[in-house]
Formats: sequence, C-alpha cells, structure tokens
Amino acid sequence: MKLSDRTVRFAFKPIVFVASLMPLVYLVWAALTGNLSANPLSDLTNETGVWTLRFVCITLALTPLRKFTGWNGFIKFRRMAGLYAFFYGTLHLLTYAIADRFAGLEQASGLVEAIAMGRLPAAVLVASTARAMATSIGEDIYKRPFITLGFVAWLTMLPLAITSTAGWIRRLGGKRWNRLHRLVYVTGILGPLHYWWLVKADVSRPMAYAAAVAVLLGVRVYWSRARRAAVPVRLTIHA
Amino acid sequence: MLIKRAADLRSSDITDRKAYLNRREFLAAAAATAAVATGVLGTEALVYAATPAPHGRKLENVKKSPFGADEKLNKWEEITTYNNFYEFGIDKDSPSMFARNLKTEPWTVGIDGECAKRGNMPLEDILKGETLEERIYRHRCVEAWSMVIPWVGFPLANLIKKCEPTSKARYVEFTTFFDTKQMSARTSAIRYPYVEGLRLDEAMHPLTIMAVGLYGEVIPNQDGAPMRLVVPWKYGFKHIKSISKIRFVEKQPLNTWQDQASSEYGFYANVNPSVNHPRWSQATERRIGEFLRRKTLMFNGYGDQVANLYTGMDLKRNF
Repeated sequence: MKLSDRTVRFAFKPIVFVASLMPLVYLVWAALTGNLSANPLSDLTNETGVWTLRFVCITLALTPLRKFTGWNGFIKFRRMAGLYAFFYGTLHLLTYAIADRFAGLEQASGLVEAIAMGRLPAAVLVASTARAMATSIGEDIYKRPFITLGFVAWLTMLPLAITSTAGWIRRLGGKRWNRLHRLVYVTGILGPLHYWWLVKADVSRPMAYAAAVAVLLGVRVYWSRARRAAVPVRLTIHA
Repeated sequence: MLIKRAADLRSSDITDRKAYLNRREFLAAAAATAAVATGVLGTEALVYAATPAPHGRKLENVKKSPFGADEKLNKWEEITTYNNFYEFGIDKDSPSMFARNLKTEPWTVGIDGECAKRGNMPLEDILKGETLEERIYRHRCVEAWSMVIPWVGFPLANLIKKCEPTSKARYVEFTTFFDTKQMSARTSAIRYPYVEGLRLDEAMHPLTIMAVGLYGEVIPNQDGAPMRLVVPWKYGFKHIKSISKIRFVEKQPLNTWQDQASSEYGFYANVNPSVNHPRWSQATERRIGEFLRRKTLMFNGYGDQVANLYTGMDLKRNF
C-alpha cells in the first residue's frame, strides 16, 4: 500500500480518531434519549467494558497486521488504539464506581439531593462520602475476584497510557520502553478472564475475546521462536 | 547536499528460505485473526432492539388483594423489555424480541408424581372456579436489580389442592415448556428444560401465586405466559415461567441454576442481604428506574409472613 505520511496523518488518523469515539457518542445519545434498556446504568457499564476489550484486541492486532500486509502505516495507529482502550477502560471503571459503589452508599442520597437542589454539598459530607467510596471500592476489589482481575487489568494499562508519549520513549530508551509496553499482553489476558468470571452462563462472548487474544499472542510466540531459530548457530561436530 | 549512502545488504538481511515458506502459515494465521476479529466485533449488538409487549386481553373480575407492596409500580415497558428468559436468548431484551413466537393457546399442564389427579390439566380447568387477584409484589433478581410488579393470579395452594397430593409429596417440581422451534434458545447457555422447585409448605403459602396476568391484562409471553410462578420472598430465578409440568415429589428437586452452579445458587434462594452471591454482594439492589441503590430487605421485606417457614434453619448454608 502506498500512502503518504501526510495522508495518514491528516486524513486517516482524524477519521479513525472520530470513529473510535462513536461508541461513546452512541451510548451518551442512547442514554439521554431512553434508547438503552430499562437498566441503563448496567448497559453503560457493560458496553464500556466490551469496548475496552475490543480496543485491547485492536491494539494487539496492529503489529501482526503490519507484518502480514507489509504496510507499516498500521503502527501509526497503535498508540491511538491503546489510548482508546485505556479511555474506555477508565470510563468502565468510573461507571462501576458511580453506579455500583457510589449509588449504594449511605451518604449518596444526601449528596445527590444537595446537587439536585442546586447547592453545594457540605464539605463534611463530601469528605465522608469520599472516604466511604474508597473503602467500598477497596473492599470490593479485595472480596470479589472478578473485580480484582478487572482492576488489575486497568492498572496494567495505566503506566502504558502515561508513557505513551514520544518524550517517555526517549526518556526510557526504546528497548526499555518496548519491554514495559509488553504489559499490554497481560491486559489482553486479564480482560477476557474478568469478563469470563462475570457471566452467569454461556461463556461464548468472553470466549470470543479470549480466542482473539490467544491468536494474537500466539502469533507473537511463534515469531519469537522463528526468530530464535533463524539466528545462526555455531556448528558443533558430533563425535 | 549530503546524501547518505545506503547500507549494503548484509547476508542476514536476506529473507531466509524457511521464513519465506512460513509466509503461507502467516497468511493462514492472518485469516484466523480476521475471523476472530469479526467474531469479537459482531457477537454483541450495541443497539437495543427491545420493544414493549403489545397489550393483551383485559382480564375480567380481578379483585384487589390485601397482599401487596405499597410502592411505586414499575412501568409496563420496563417489565416487558427487561427479562431473564434464557429460552429466548441470554440478553435482557431477547425475550421481548423473540417470545412472540411462543404459542400459549391451547395450553395444558402435565400433573405427575405423588398425587391423585395425575394427567394433563388444560389451563381452563386450572382456572375454573378461581377468583383472580391483583398482587403487587416486589421482585428481586439474584443479579441485584428489582422491580415492583402488579401481577394478576391465584394462590398456588388452590391448584395444589385440585391435584390432591398424597402424604408422600414433600416438594413440588415445576418445568418450563421447551420447544426449540418456538424458542430461540442457545443450547450452550444452560440445560433445558428449566426446572424449579418449592417445599410443599412454601408452595402452599398464601403469598405464593400462579400469575396469569400483568397490569390487569393477560400476561405477555416474555413474562412467562400463560402461567408463571411468583414467590415474592425468593430471588427471581425461582419464579419459573411458562409452566408445562408440575410434579409432586418426595425428595428435594434439583433446580436448574443449582444444577448449573451449586456454589452460587441454592435450592431455597430466599432473598437475604447477609448472604452474598460468591461473585457479588446482595446487600443492596438497583430498583429499575432509580439511580440510588436500595438496601435489600430480608425475605425481600416479606419476613413477617414467611420467616416462620424457616425457623431453626441455617440460612447461610441453605442459601
């Protein structure tokens, strides 16, 4: 494929950027117009989770795609895809924190009431709510294994998002940066497991993501073995 | 102008024969990746296609009942688009899309086991002589959401008396109708047909009803037409829908979800905020339509009426 850097940078990238925002645009629109189910908060949590998994898969697919097609341009979208995975993952974490944790707190009603009436909630209330939130989320991460997995999966993306800039690549050096960013393989494994653990029955959906990640990581294992095999070995003469 | 001289190709830069031959495998892997990617992106539809059930026939002579929750009712749209009825698919909106294919007339219920009146009982015979009552109950799903639903039905005790159970009958086992032609179930989800059970005294309790209506109309298919169980102090999965078989048995029946995952779902399934599901807390619930979560009540708030059924029982073990 012959595409100039300019085309990629000024046409392709903005298009992909906007397209990647569409799931969020749709969800916000659907939530505001009553086009989600009777339990919209649960839909928002589920959908942001699913889109996180999709972007993790897309991120992991770009390097193999580049090798298969020979078009190096794919690599220019890797950072964006990875950051979108982090973006949707963070939205997922936030919807969980608000809809599942905050909404279940004793203090929540007071806070919501104050905001609904248009006055600032008392600082004491805000502080006690924040404390209760931290405890509530902490306990949940500790007690429920699938939450633990999900939270760890999000944590693995955090340093990658922070160090995604050119400055950080320079600071860390290409080799170390590359090694650090292999953490995304862990994200790829934990994400589908988190989903798998959550479903009540019929694991076909989490299985689809697990299978995708398995193929994408499997390809890498295959390459690294092929690379090792290709390294010329000193001849040894067997007596 | 300085023109950099291209580095000479080293022998190691030449694609070796092995890697070249591997390209074919690479392409196979690429095809697999593409297939998997399509699968991943296509398995879950983002669009919610739920449509509320069309309104059914009005039920005649429905009497108001003293049993009921004095709470704001959930809407018809909510009750008929947010359902767990796996025979029609595992998404909450699947039943609203596919349940219309279920043929509920004529309907017979097979009566079997430890009772005198074994055989097929047409629904008309079951309803003969029954005064339908409106029962407004809280409905608490094991997934930690809840609704307030105006059912129309009759006490299950009346139907049980009609069947004349013998002294050996200690439990009642219910089975949901199952027909792959009318139901779009994915066979991999859970084992069908769906089975539930109650202890005989739970089944005879005045709060336990067979519901045949909703909001004064014939019950929509997605909510378990033509007849479904309602046991308001138990989690929703006990409320078996579209019942086609009732069997009186001596031993405790193995209900579907217990069979599916016995560490997560028990036989009793009484609503109990102090016994968590292994994967989520049962302390609070989201009432559909509300943002703030409510505290879940012991026996879903029906403790005064039903707690005596379980005196002396360890409800942590018998969850």
